[in-house]
Amino acid sequence: MSTETLERVLAEHPFFKHLQRPYLELLAECASRVRFNAGEVIFRESEPANLFYVIRRGKVAVETFAPNRGPIIIQTIGEEGLLGWSWLIPPYRRRFDARAVELTWVIALDGERLREMCEKDHDFGYELMKRVADIMDQRLQATRLQLLDVYDGVRS
Amino acid sequence: MAGLPDPMVPSPLRVQRVRRETYDTFTLELEPANGADGFSFAAGQFNMLYAFGVGEVPISISGDPTKPQTLVHTVRSVGAVTQAICKLKRGDVLGVRGPFGSHWPVEEAAGGDVVIVAGGIGLAPLRPVIYYLLSNREKYGRLALVYGARTLQDLLYNPELEKWRGHFDLAVEVTVDTAAASYRGNVGVVTTLIPRVQFDPLQTAVMVCGPEVMMRFTLRELEARGIGPENIFMSMERNMKCAVGFCGHCQFGPTFICKDGPVFRYDQIQAFFAKREV
Repeated sequence: MSTETLERVLAEHPFFKHLQRPYLELLAECASRVRFNAGEVIFRESEPANLFYVIRRGKVAVETFAPNRGPIIIQTIGEEGLLGWSWLIPPYRRRFDARAVELTWVIALDGERLREMCEKDHDFGYELMKRVADIMDQRLQATRLQLLDVYDGVRS
Repeated sequence: MAGLPDPMVPSPLRVQRVRRETYDTFTLELEPANGADGFSFAAGQFNMLYAFGVGEVPISISGDPTKPQTLVHTVRSVGAVTQAICKLKRGDVLGVRGPFGSHWPVEEAAGGDVVIVAGGIGLAPLRPVIYYLLSNREKYGRLALVYGARTLQDLLYNPELEKWRGHFDLAVEVTVDTAAASYRGNVGVVTTLIPRVQFDPLQTAVMVCGPEVMMRFTLRELEARGIGPENIFMSMERNMKCAVGFCGHCQFGPTFICKDGPVFRYDQIQAFFAKREV
């Protein structure tokens, strides 16, 4: 896929919506299209986190392994979702496993290069950070709700 | 002189069928034990179910409003009365008062899209809506059911969920809080599914039922999607006793849940919905 096409695909993704053209060009230079088959492991806990993914089609399970219980899905991320932010936060290592639940197409972005670009251009870095912070906020709220075990109400 | 039936006197209904939904939730099909006619109700209304010698509880009707000959209730066994009800077998008799309360605005929603958001056993009071919408499918635009439960084992009405999923004109999104790695469905809280549902925010009625904290978070997502409070309907729960607005047990701000609810339009309760003291 050409850089122009990737730039267009990225521009259509909600995570990059309304991002300025020069920034999209920068991102497209670090992007590649990747396909994962159903069941394929995308990354494992503790691995270096040099890439992150925007999901175009399919579904990814974020998992952790619990002794005596085996792998447990703690979240699924579907189309238009963002997978992974450990590339942005030291020590740049994965916190969970990720596995494609079904045939999944993603745009993989080189987090290491993006970190360098963010350091060089703080406006770009701030723009990207705001967007990642928004995803983090959504995930934090969802996790809090999960922890509340909200369905344990008594109504019928 | 013959008059209206006393709303405080239960009618006897006989259990025709008991279906186990989950480890602690059962659906009971009831028919009049005294040869009376069927049991007409509107989607969203509730009955007071009386387990003789134990006590009475308010339970929403979960059956099909177009089939009033059988009264259907889905009951979760969590206290002395619901435990007694869940132990009933075919042929046993239960006291029933009702139906009481307000109903989901299924007729008012005609001409637009309808989104149903249910959490846990909150699907039970919304099932009559689904039956109604599917029976009158041509009157509505897009229909969507968004349903969340704690685990796969806690999902209600599994056979029907599968059937509804098979409808090309009903979008069904189901999620659970946690699942084993072999599961291929969605994992996450119910609110995470709302951004995926397609609807026209200006022409959509959203009907929400579940634990109050879930509804609170759902409201935020709906607001983010541009749904106005006048288009959101919620079923509220408080400690209902008399069911006719005499006792005041279920007072909710200036309203009584039993008489003015349980289904409220959000803009009517917005001012005090999130007040902890109410």
